[in-house]
Amino acid sequence: MKIPISWLKDFIDLDGLSVEDIARKLTLAGMEVDEILYVGLPMPIYKDGEKHEFKTNGIGWDREKIVVAEVREVKPHPNADKLTLLDLYDGEKDQVVLTGAPNIFHLKGAGKLDQPLKVAYAKEGATLYDGHADGQVLMTLKRAKIRGVDSYSMVCSEKELGITEESDGIILLDDDAPTGMPLADYMGDAVLDISILPNMGRVANVVGVARELAALLGRELKAQSPEAAAQPATLNLQPVNELVEIEITNPELNPRFTFGLIRDVEIKASPYEIQRRLKLAGMRPISNIVDATNYAMLELGQPLHAFDYDVLSARAGGKKIKITTRAAKDGEKISTLDGAERTLTASNVLVGDAQGALALAGVMGGLESEVTDQTKNILLEGAAWNFINVRKTARQHNLPSEASFRFSRGVHPALADQGVKLGLRYIAEWANGKIAAGFVDEYPLKPKDAVVRISTRDVKRSLGIDLTLEQISEALARLEFKCEIVEDELQVTAPNHRLDIGEGVVGVADVLEEIARSYGYDNIPTSSLADALPPQLGNPVHEWEEHLRDLLVALGFQEIVSYRMTSVEKESRVVRCDDYVQLANPIAPEKSVLRRSLAASVLDALEKNVRNGESFSFFEIGPVFVPRKNELPDEPRKLALVMSGLREATAWDAKDSAQLDFFDMKGRLELLLSGLRLTNISYAASDSSHYLHPGKCAEIKIGEKIIGAFGELHPLVKEKYELSEAPVLAAEFDLATLRALNPTYGITPVSEFPPVYEDIAVVVDETVPAEKVEALIRQTGGRSVANVRLFDLYRDEKIGAGKKSLAYNLTYQAEKTLTDSDAAAIRNKIVKRLEKELGAKLRS
Amino acid sequence: MLDKLNQIEKEALESLQSVADAAALEAWRVANLGRSSPLMSVFSGLGKLSKEEKPVVGQAANQVKVKLEAEFESQAQAVKSAALAKSLAEEKLDVTLPGRAKFVGRLHPSTQQLRRVLSILAEMGFQVYTSREVETDEYNFQLLNFPPDHPARDMQDTFFIKTDVETDNPLLMRTHTSPGQIHAMRQFVATNPSDPPPIRIALPGMCFRYEQITARSEVQFNQVEGLAVGKNITFADLKGTIADFVRRMFGEGARLRFRASYFPFTEPSAEVDVECFVCGGKGCAVCKNSGWLEILGCGMVHPNVLTAGGYDPKIYSGFAWGMGPERQLMLRNKINDIRYFWGNDARFLEQF
Ligand SMILES: [Zn+2]
Repeated sequence: MKIPISWLKDFIDLDGLSVEDIARKLTLAGMEVDEILYVGLPMPIYKDGEKHEFKTNGIGWDREKIVVAEVREVKPHPNADKLTLLDLYDGEKDQVVLTGAPNIFHLKGAGKLDQPLKVAYAKEGATLYDGHADGQVLMTLKRAKIRGVDSYSMVCSEKELGITEESDGIILLDDDAPTGMPLADYMGDAVLDISILPNMGRVANVVGVARELAALLGRELKAQSPEAAAQPATLNLQPVNELVEIEITNPELNPRFTFGLIRDVEIKASPYEIQRRLKLAGMRPISNIVDATNYAMLELGQPLHAFDYDVLSARAGGKKIKITTRAAKDGEKISTLDGAERTLTASNVLVGDAQGALALAGVMGGLESEVTDQTKNILLEGAAWNFINVRKTARQHNLPSEASFRFSRGVHPALADQGVKLGLRYIAEWANGKIAAGFVDEYPLKPKDAVVRISTRDVKRSLGIDLTLEQISEALARLEFKCEIVEDELQVTAPNHRLDIGEGVVGVADVLEEIARSYGYDNIPTSSLADALPPQLGNPVHEWEEHLRDLLVALGFQEIVSYRMTSVEKESRVVRCDDYVQLANPIAPEKSVLRRSLAASVLDALEKNVRNGESFSFFEIGPVFVPRKNELPDEPRKLALVMSGLREATAWDAKDSAQLDFFDMKGRLELLLSGLRLTNISYAASDSSHYLHPGKCAEIKIGEKIIGAFGELHPLVKEKYELSEAPVLAAEFDLATLRALNPTYGITPVSEFPPVYEDIAVVVDETVPAEKVEALIRQTGGRSVANVRLFDLYRDEKIGAGKKSLAYNLTYQAEKTLTDSDAAAIRNKIVKRLEKELGAKLRS
Repeated sequence: MLDKLNQIEKEALESLQSVADAAALEAWRVANLGRSSPLMSVFSGLGKLSKEEKPVVGQAANQVKVKLEAEFESQAQAVKSAALAKSLAEEKLDVTLPGRAKFVGRLHPSTQQLRRVLSILAEMGFQVYTSREVETDEYNFQLLNFPPDHPARDMQDTFFIKTDVETDNPLLMRTHTSPGQIHAMRQFVATNPSDPPPIRIALPGMCFRYEQITARSEVQFNQVEGLAVGKNITFADLKGTIADFVRRMFGEGARLRFRASYFPFTEPSAEVDVECFVCGGKGCAVCKNSGWLEILGCGMVHPNVLTAGGYDPKIYSGFAWGMGPERQLMLRNKINDIRYFWGNDARFLEQF
């Protein structure tokens, strides 16, 4: 909501306050000023290091150099057909000013004007926006010769003064503008762009903001009762009540409907000052009638709608007009003001007569009965509508309007007649209309006055401050709440522009908020929590996951986080699932379902990065979503890993590195599992993970339980990605399964006696798994063998076809210093066992 | 004989002068002190000398030996120092050549920021509470005081889940972590329905909003909320707690201000701005020249929410506040495009 300061000043005295002071007050009280646009008032000048408070834009008008002037004659330019020379008086001197403005061109050569034109006149050296540049570019007015005529000053357009972003022709001020007055004094302004919170629809108008400001400043809201200020009705006209009647079919949807009538209007442009304010408020001036409805709405908050009375009368066949508000019939059609034909549904509410629909209630008027250049008599509607219904209808028809913006936030029905009377007054003023006597007012559903009882204890308990009932009463009275002390409590009645105050404990909270705002959040002290500290239970699941992350990072994996939303096509490269959690309103086809595979997420990430580096190791931890028919899905948390590229980083003197392969992934996983303090781990070849290479894939078991699988990406799966030649290793785990395992926390003592190292190499059949050889060595060596490490795997003709040589580095250890013969004894025992059970042969 | 010894000594010392490296040194040692050196042959010839000559020559030979050995040692030292000096002079690295890289792992920046936030909260007694990402309308909205079709819902555009049946309680992607407030309160109430315990929890997690993906808006983002519920909790406590948090998070001198605001699930509600830490409040592009950065929303828990959680609003009160780790990172690290976070581009992630 854009509010010009000048308009606010119609309702509150703002003397002694800068624009920024006002903006600050409003911002802290919930009316956040997003931007201040200066349109003539002096802009703040910040000294070096001084703090800004608001996003600020616009231009200040130099009081000396930009003034109100009058044009007395429009003369032709001697050397240019499209230019004119103005005889102008700036309050001090006569001037000759060159202009190409199209909107006074028709006066060229007409001689001395009967009524001088009032214009905004800028003198040499004035700073303005360049009227010919694209966008807003500042320039300083300099002396020049244009087509042989000296030019040193100009008459300004709205663009040049920053009132609008584009304009056509110069500004023609109202006739009563005082010649010679600095323009900044006459109409210098600043516009506050205020965000309207959903519960503060009441401030989406000038009076609403002025009222809040009055409460915040402790100043008086200038009473501007539209009733009192309304033009007296012309009594000899037939009262509107005899011409129009209203039927409300559903008061829940339409609590109030009012009509006033004004006759013999003269359709023309509104006064310039009105047009200027409308433009600053972000609305386009149309004609004095439409402007009057908009102006009254912006001022008071009550949207109005002007009907052409004669069109309605004709539709009623000259008889008494009967307006009905009702639900639309499914399929019923209406042509709205914007020219579109709209098909309605039963949830829409419309204003109609016997002939059919006239307006979409609270959202937009109909085309047929709209005000045109020919309109003579106007029926002005002010109504109250159900805010939820208006909100739904505006969305359904994609018709956000100033009216629906206000109605969908709630407009108090008490405003309906005030709005109409204000609108009638403006039409009378600007269009010379004659207000008919009487008033049509159907008000079947008056909102209940919100009454809340509040105590000093409530204030202390919620806000933490000690206020007396008198202080509370004073804070609320400033916001026009009626307060009455009843016993030891305050009975508070909300004013009739508010719909946001509830009942009971909710009402108490609503009123407490008003007390806090009125008192000022800044004035509420700070304190430390004194309430009992709950038992500190921690969150073991979360903590375990964080530990897992740390382990993975230490192993060289980069954590990634992917979108939960993906597409079936994308995931189908890795997994084939029958059903997904599907979004009803996806943002894009590639984000239409919730992921089921975390492996798919990490592979996508690898694909995305593969051209930008030589090696990648990624992990992701997060949920996948398993659908359950019409119920909340399961959200099991998973861990997925992917690796591909070089094993070591290359350098200028180390250009070659091997590619990561199966055993790099396996090594990382071994370290990960030992980091989780898991033991009793075994690995078995597996072809159960369909996206992995059937010969390069293993299941990991703890005891008999399968806890995850890993391996190299299946060549057919890899084909579906844009990846490099390098093998891609992937692994996936279910976190609940991992977490449920029993870790062991004991350690193996470190011996003080020196170990003995020995290498042995055995030749076995190709079919004997390495794991079996190692297991047998460990089993046979028992506690004497502290470590077994395979350091070579070797095949050649000398060993023989179908055979392989496994070379182990053994560490013997005992609680004494081992002698050579001790070592030999252990070795012999091991070798014998290998020979006997695996047909192994010792290589020498 | 003594002359011969003098001659041996003289020649040996002369030749030692020109010894310049380890090999020549060894050759000199063999030639002058080795078994077949002239000096040694003097020693081995001692037996053939007369009784009178023997001690004289022996002693003199010994003196020569000691002298040669000493000279040898000192020359050896000199050679070694010269060699070291030479190698130090020659072995000069171009220290500007690049160092050898190593592939390392890192946490995602959001995880890092979540940890910063959660560790401060943990010290303040707020313990982590997590809940599901797909929710019902009831938990995400209705129990949090968003009635159906209420304008407040416009603040949180929502992804809905497709179901076969039309219902007034549709499934949706949570738009905030606040459903966790209800889950937590109900869980705590269940532990002692007659006198529910106080609550102090931190609710982190991924949230979702129906928005076009642009540099400024994303469909998913993390949120962390703090929730305190008890019999003795005030707006002044809320201000104090947030001031403590902001001081820890943004530094000792961080000025902050509370602005009245609106959230359906809190009342009174406030937004908290911290003085722009990029420009120190002077105005810059990050704070859009306002000098302030909006960093969190907060308020006293709405009575309807307490009631929905099973806490009687006549006895209990509480406060909640919420903030976005990604937004904090964007401000802190001058990240101008929110899409980096889930873009998984290693070139971005490696910078954290
Ligand atoms: Zn800044």
